[in-house]
Amino acid sequence: MTNEELQAYLTGRFPEAEIKLGAQYVEMTVKAEDLHDAAVQLKESEEIAFDYVFCLTGVDYAENMGIIYHLESINHRHVMVLKVRTADRLNPAIDTVSDVWITAKYHEREAYDLLGIHFNNHTDLRRLFLEDGWGFPLRKDYVDEIRIVER
Amino acid sequence: MSEIREVIINNDRLVTDEYLVNMGPQHPSTHGVLRLLVRLEGEKVLNVQPHSGYIHSGIEKMCEAITYPQIIHLTDRMDYLSAHMNNEAVALCVEKALQVEVPDRVKYIRTIMDELARLASHQLWWCVFGMDLGALTTFFYGLRDREHILDIFEETCGARMTVSYNTPGGLMFDIHPNFQKRVKDFIKYFRTKLPEYDKLLSGNVILRERTDGIGHLSLKDAIDFGVTGPSGRASGFSCDVRKHNPYSAYPLVKFNEILDHRCDTYARYEVRMREMHESLSIIEQLIDNIPAGDYAVKMKGVLKLPEGEFYQRVETARGELGVFIISDGKKNPYRVKFRSPGFSNLFALNQMTKGHKIADLVAIMSTLDLIIPDIDR
Amino acid sequence: MAFNIYDFTSLTHNIHEGLAQSFSPWLATTIEWVIVGVAYLLFVALFGLFLVYAERKVCAAFQQRLGPMRVGKWGLLQTIADFIKLLMKELIMPRKADWFLYNLAPFIVIIASFLAIAVLPFAKGLQSLDFDIGVFYLTSVSSVGVIGILLAGWSSNNKYSLIGAMRSGAQILSYELSVSLSLLTMVVFAGTMQFSAIVEGQRDAWFIFSGHIPAIIAFVIFLIAGTAETNRGPFDLAEAESELVAGFHTEYSGIKFAMFFLAEYINLFIISAVAATVFLGGWMPLHFGNLESFNHVMDFIPPVVWFFGKVLFVIFVIMWFKWTFPRLRVDQILTLEWKYLLPINLVNILLMALVVLTKFHF
Repeated sequence: MTNEELQAYLTGRFPEAEIKLGAQYVEMTVKAEDLHDAAVQLKESEEIAFDYVFCLTGVDYAENMGIIYHLESINHRHVMVLKVRTADRLNPAIDTVSDVWITAKYHEREAYDLLGIHFNNHTDLRRLFLEDGWGFPLRKDYVDEIRIVER
Repeated sequence: MSEIREVIINNDRLVTDEYLVNMGPQHPSTHGVLRLLVRLEGEKVLNVQPHSGYIHSGIEKMCEAITYPQIIHLTDRMDYLSAHMNNEAVALCVEKALQVEVPDRVKYIRTIMDELARLASHQLWWCVFGMDLGALTTFFYGLRDREHILDIFEETCGARMTVSYNTPGGLMFDIHPNFQKRVKDFIKYFRTKLPEYDKLLSGNVILRERTDGIGHLSLKDAIDFGVTGPSGRASGFSCDVRKHNPYSAYPLVKFNEILDHRCDTYARYEVRMREMHESLSIIEQLIDNIPAGDYAVKMKGVLKLPEGEFYQRVETARGELGVFIISDGKKNPYRVKFRSPGFSNLFALNQMTKGHKIADLVAIMSTLDLIIPDIDR
Repeated sequence: MAFNIYDFTSLTHNIHEGLAQSFSPWLATTIEWVIVGVAYLLFVALFGLFLVYAERKVCAAFQQRLGPMRVGKWGLLQTIADFIKLLMKELIMPRKADWFLYNLAPFIVIIASFLAIAVLPFAKGLQSLDFDIGVFYLTSVSSVGVIGILLAGWSSNNKYSLIGAMRSGAQILSYELSVSLSLLTMVVFAGTMQFSAIVEGQRDAWFIFSGHIPAIIAFVIFLIAGTAETNRGPFDLAEAESELVAGFHTEYSGIKFAMFFLAEYINLFIISAVAATVFLGGWMPLHFGNLESFNHVMDFIPPVVWFFGKVLFVIFVIMWFKWTFPRLRVDQILTLEWKYLLPINLVNILLMALVVLTKFHF
C-alpha cells in the first residue's frame, strides 16, 4: 500500500488514534492503554501485517516520555510509525509489546535502562548496559558531575 | 546396587548437574567485550545470556550536545568495520531533512567506498571465522588482502578504519588521483584470491561437519528477532536495504541479493562469501564511470534541521543500520537513535544455540559477525 | 649384496669392552647407563628445541610470513630465549591443589616419552633397548602418558582443567586403539615385533611399497591416529579450548609448563619416528629389490641421515595438518575413531593377513 492508502486504512481501523502523514511515513499515535491491542491488530491483520519492528526509540519530552516504533511489513513492504506517550515523567509506564514482537523485549530493556520507562508485563525487565544504581542518562535532566562536562 | 541398576535401565532420575560458565568480557575469540553467561548440562548448552554494556560510551547522549557534522565522527566508532556506511547514514539523513541533492559524483564515490568497506569487513570476518574454528592460517590470508583496501582508504580518506569521509552535503575532499587505478588493480588482484579462500575453507569436510545444520534460525525467527544482514538473508529473509530502499548510486547498479534458505551456520558463511563477489561486481560497474563534478554541495556553516523526525536506513556489512534524528529546530539534535544491526542479531543467539554444544556456540557467534561497540553504542 | 652400512654394534661393543676392562662389571654397567641417559637427555633437549623452532618457521611459511628472524641469525636462538624465559618464571601452585600429584604429573608425561624413545632404532646397532616384543612394549608404554594428563587435570583443583583433562584422556585412550591396530597390521606383515628385525626386513623395499594397499591404509590411519594421540592438529580441542574452558595444563607455569610443552613435541617425534620405522624403512636406505647399482648409490647416504630425513618428512606432514584444517569438535573426534577408524582398521588387518597368506606382495 502507498502511504495514502495506508493512512486511509488505518483511519478506518483505528478510529480513536491520531493518524497523520509525516514527511516520510504514516504516523499513528495511540493512547497508552490502547497500545497492546493496537499492536496485536497491526501484526495480525492480513491487509497490513506489520511483523518487523526495525526501530524502537524512547524519547524524553518535556512533560512526559514517548516511545516510537517503526514497523515494516515484510509481505507488503510498507512502513509505518507507531507512537505512544506515557502519562507523566515521574513514573513513566507503558504496556510491553514483547509478546507481539520478540525483538521488542530487548529494545524495551534498553529504553528502561537509559530512560527509566517501565514496561508493564515485561517478563525480564532488567538493565541492559548500565549497573543497577545508575540513573537514567538519556533523560534531559540527568546530571553527572564527573562524567559530563558542560560548557 | 539394584537402585543404581534401576536408574540406569530406566534412564530417569539420572541427575546431571547444570553449571554456569562465563565466557568473560575478555576472551580470545576477539569479538569485543561481551560477556556470555552459558548454562550448560555436560556439553549441551541450555541457555546463553549475553551481558553487554562493557563498551557503552553514551554515543546517543553525546550526539545531543554536538552539531550534525560532528556526529559523523562518533559514528565511525560504532561499527568500526563499516565506518563508511555509518557516516553515510548520518549524512544522508541530514541531507534528507534539509532536502539537499548531492551531485552524482558524490553518489558514485560513496557507493564505491561502501562496497570497499563491505569487502574489508567480510575479509576480516572470514579470517576471524577460520581462526575461531582452528584453521589459524586463514587469519593471515584475510588480513593480507585487507591491507590493500586499507591502503586505498588511507590514501584517499586519511585514515585506515575510522574514515569520516562523508559529511552532510557530500564528501570531505575529493578522491586521490590514484584512486581509480588502485581500486582497479585491487579488484584484479582480489578476484584471483577469492578462489583461494574457497579452496582453503569452503570445501573442507571438517568445516562442513562443524557448520552444517548448526545454529538453525528459521525465517519466522529471523523476522521476529529482526536479524538482518547476511545472517538474516541466510534464513531467507529478504532484507537488503540496497534493494528495497536504495540510496546513493545503488539504483544505478545491477547486483543480486544473495538469499539462502538453509538457515544454518554454513548458509551464513556462504552468503558472505558470495556477497564478496557481488561487491566486486558493483565496484567494477561504477569505477570507470565516476562523473565529473563537485565533491560536495556548499552548505551553511551552522546546520539547523527543520523540526520533525527523519529516518534513514542503510545496509552495513552486518545488517540494517537506522539513523533516527528528532530535531527541534536547533543546531543540536533533540534525540538521535541508532538502530544497530548487531543489537538485534545478538539477541537471537540464544534461540540459535539451544541444544548445541559449547564448541558450536563459538562457531555460531562467529558467523553472526558481531561488533560489540555497535551493540553497546 | 655387500652393504657398507656402518654398523654401530662394533662401536658400542668396543666401549663396553673398554669399560669392562678398567672397571668392575657393576660399575661399568652403571657408567654405561649414565652415558646412555645423558645422550638421550641431550638429544631430547636439543631436538625439542629444534622442533619448536621448526614449527614456528613452518607455520610462518604456510601463513606467508617469515617467523622468528631477530633473535640470532634467522631466529635460531628464539627457542633458547623462550626456554630461558620459562625457567625464570615464578612457579605458582593453587593453594588447594594436591601437592604431590600436582608436581608428579609433568614428570610422568616426560617419563612416558623417554620410555618410548628408548626402543627407537636410529641406525644399525644404535638402539638402546631391542626387545623381541618391541612394538608391543612401545604401545603399552605410550599409554602411561595418559596418567600424567589425567593427574594434571585432577590435581589442579580447577573445574575446567578437569574437564579438559577428561576430554584429552578420552581422546588419547580412543586413538591408542587405532595406533596399536595399525602397527599390528605391519607386525602381521613383518612377522616380528622386534624393531631391528622390522627394519632389516625392509632391506629390499620399504613396507609401504611392498605391503601396497593394506600398508598404505595402515599408514594413513596411523598418521591420523598419531596426530590425535599427541593432541595436535585438527584434534587439539583440549588445549585450544582456552576460548571457553582452559586445558589441563592451565595451572602450570614456568618449568613445569615447559615439560608439558616439551613432552608434546617429543611425542610428535616419537609418532613420526615410529611411522618412519615401521612404514618407511627406519634407517634403511631406499632400495628396490634387484636394482643393485641403485641400491649401492643409496647406501652412500648414512643411515642416520636417512632416519632423520624420514622423520622430518613425517613431522612436516603432521605440521601441515595443523596449520590447514579447522578443529574438530570433541564428539566428532570420538565418532571418527569409534565409528570409522576402528572398523576400517579391523578390516585392514584381515586384508593384510590375506595378503601375507597368499603372498600377494612384493
